[in-house]
Amino acid sequence: MSGDVGRSGATMEGAAGMSAAPSALGPLFGMHIVKRPHFGRWLAALVIGAIVVGLAYAVATTPNIAWPQVGSFFANPAILSGLEVTLELTVLAMVIGIVLGIVLALMRLSSNVVLRVSSLIYIWLFRGSPLLVQIIVWYNIALVFPSVGFFGHRVSTNSLVTPFIAAVLALGLNEGAYMSEIVRAGILSISHGQMDAALTLGLTRPKAMRQIVIPQALRVIVPPTGNETIGMLKATSLVSVIAAQDLLTRAEYVYAKNFLIMELLIVATIWYLILTTVATVGQYFIEKKIGAGATRSDSVSKGLGVSIMRQLKRPLSMLTR
Amino acid sequence: MEMPGAVLLESFGLRKKFGSTEVLCGVDLAIHEGEKTCIIGPSGGGKTTMLRCFALLDRIDGGALTYRGELIGYRRRGDKLYPWGEAEAASYRSHIGMVFQHFNLFPNMTAAENVAFGPVRVRHDSREVALGRARDLLGSVGLGTRCEAYPIDLSGGQQQRVAIARALAMDPDLILFDEPTSALDPELVGDVLKTMRDLAVAGMTMVVVTHEIDFARDVADTVVFMEKGTVVESGPPEAVLVAPESDRTRNFLRSFLSRSSAGS
Repeated sequence: MSGDVGRSGATMEGAAGMSAAPSALGPLFGMHIVKRPHFGRWLAALVIGAIVVGLAYAVATTPNIAWPQVGSFFANPAILSGLEVTLELTVLAMVIGIVLGIVLALMRLSSNVVLRVSSLIYIWLFRGSPLLVQIIVWYNIALVFPSVGFFGHRVSTNSLVTPFIAAVLALGLNEGAYMSEIVRAGILSISHGQMDAALTLGLTRPKAMRQIVIPQALRVIVPPTGNETIGMLKATSLVSVIAAQDLLTRAEYVYAKNFLIMELLIVATIWYLILTTVATVGQYFIEKKIGAGATRSDSVSKGLGVSIMRQLKRPLSMLTR
Repeated sequence: MEMPGAVLLESFGLRKKFGSTEVLCGVDLAIHEGEKTCIIGPSGGGKTTMLRCFALLDRIDGGALTYRGELIGYRRRGDKLYPWGEAEAASYRSHIGMVFQHFNLFPNMTAAENVAFGPVRVRHDSREVALGRARDLLGSVGLGTRCEAYPIDLSGGQQQRVAIARALAMDPDLILFDEPTSALDPELVGDVLKTMRDLAVAGMTMVVVTHEIDFARDVADTVVFMEKGTVVESGPPEAVLVAPESDRTRNFLRSFLSRSSAGS
């Protein structure tokens, strides 16, 4: 029988060669199938829906949030310059993190025990201590090294390590520890046979690593790196503790003067959401670009819009199915 | 059997250990130019390890390998041996083709790109020339219409034929086949074996580790029976496969033939 039991409006159909139903069951074909009621699903949807609508109404109509102010500070010059610093911090920290991650991962996979242990200790230290503590340590590094000398010049550390530099160092060096594990997992995910095949074609080991193993490892490395970038966008807000002029620092400066605390936090939140959304879309296209040969060509891949719509539609149809 | 050519690859007392287990315990073997050598024997006998040592994929622990009479893997200077660097090993390997049990095609490249990869990246042929030649080679293994397919869209037998074309693209002096049909569904074995028979007819020097006794009987000039890291017996197929001298060879062939007839 090909009828989808439980689907609304369906009737029992007879497949070819099934015309003779067991006589004990009587004539099933053509009978209407009654839909299951799913009271639980409707109840849960109703309760959650009521809570969501109620909260949204409360937030939207409360006199304690001046919504017009959210609009007027959204593109405030101070906020926009904070946005720029947040973007710069994210990009610089991720670049440092990725480069450092690759170096640390290759050290970790090296046959040289000193390199391997150094990498391990680095990861242990930078991944094992809180990022907030690392940010404050870099900010106060002048207490340990009051001046730095290179090529005969001595510079006071305080003039070299500005809050921005301290923020970049703290975020980037911390990220390197996490990225190294992601890169290492990517390299380890490629079978040894790939290296063997490249070697027997006449490539040297380092060349085989660069031209065969790493490009394939990227497919494993990119999705978690996208996650890390999104995490970094938000982690940059921690540097507001050292007043590094990022988005959150700027929002704090503004509300310290006009006391529109919640309004400016909402402005900052909306900007963070916009940045993470853009990062998500960017990640989707990068993954698509490096995904050649990853899926069978007969499996139809849908665009981003279609994937999102399918996600949205599914819960709705769940209620009635 | 044709008259054998000059000795191409030779091993003298080749030894290989993994931890404390001896996998190769002094293997002497000579591969002549144009010769087809089939290596048979039970699993774990060291057949694959020997091929990997021939290709310098595994470091040898004892004995010596020569290629056209020259020591490989080491440079002799005075009374000392210095291990080869990466560049010397890579240059030697570019003369040797290898076909693996699990194909090891590059999954992020099309069939034609797989075949053209070595010529472009190692021999620095132009991309257009290399891709044109790749299409010809894929045509010669019966895959002229699948040049732009990625490995994931190819059957195992097709993938293995792409792998053979990839090895051929470097114009190797000899090709090492490591159980090329063992990972294939039975109905796909035939196409791969036919490609290998064509290669044999064309005069390619081949060393084939295989469980395909029929292929060994038809194609090999020399059949080598290996067990427990040593060469038990070697000679023309009509001797080794039909009238083996050693009890171990006889037992292996008997159990093998009864298994394959029971399976079919």
